[in-house]
Amino acid sequence: MSSLITKLLVRPRTYRFLLQQRFYAANAGSRENIEKLVQSDKVVVFMKGVPTQPMCGFSNAVVQILRMHGVDSYSSHNVLEDEDLRQGIKEYSEWPTIPQIFFNGEFIGGCDIMLQMHQNGDLVEELEKLGIRSALLDAPQEETKS
Amino acid sequence: MTNISAEGLANKLKENLQASHVEMEDVSSGCGAKFNAVIVSDNFNGKPLLQRHRMVNDCLSEELKIIHAFSMKTLTPEQWTKQQNK
Repeated sequence: MSSLITKLLVRPRTYRFLLQQRFYAANAGSRENIEKLVQSDKVVVFMKGVPTQPMCGFSNAVVQILRMHGVDSYSSHNVLEDEDLRQGIKEYSEWPTIPQIFFNGEFIGGCDIMLQMHQNGDLVEELEKLGIRSALLDAPQEETKS
Repeated sequence: MTNISAEGLANKLKENLQASHVEMEDVSSGCGAKFNAVIVSDNFNGKPLLQRHRMVNDCLSEELKIIHAFSMKTLTPEQWTKQQNK
């Protein structure tokens, strides 16, 4: 009996599961997987690097824009970690460059579009549609807020 | 194909998107890898930003495979005039 328990404890089932996860990453760029990823959160960003350490100026700009609007709980995927994902996302959205931003599963655009939406105020509106109140709305009139 | 010039890109946009005005700035010190563009075209009329950018991406699809960084502003002639008068 005790040998069985030891056997179970030593048996790397959990590790095998983790290995399998990694193995599945080979399909990261499949249409199915990407569809799942883009719908997994209100805001999903495919970028180079991670939000705390973007590896490209354009990806950094997107991270900074989201930060300005107080959006900090979003999903991000580092395409530099997975070539399959990097190609797959480009095909999925028919968009040749990274970063790519999705709101509620819908492709919004890349860095230029985010920047222009930020400048013309559309971003505040789009975030509102997602139920996210932009921090920029509160920032200037903090004192007068009742 | 390996040497992409700002002029070549601008000409292609003028031809395929009937762009009336293109400012193509090579910010890669001439190596053809990084461009900032302002594109003015009647074809952008009534089209949302995403669609305008897609039109440019499609037009320059071959070049964009090589260009490392491409920034663009897509304006209608009306928007362009407004911006000039600011």
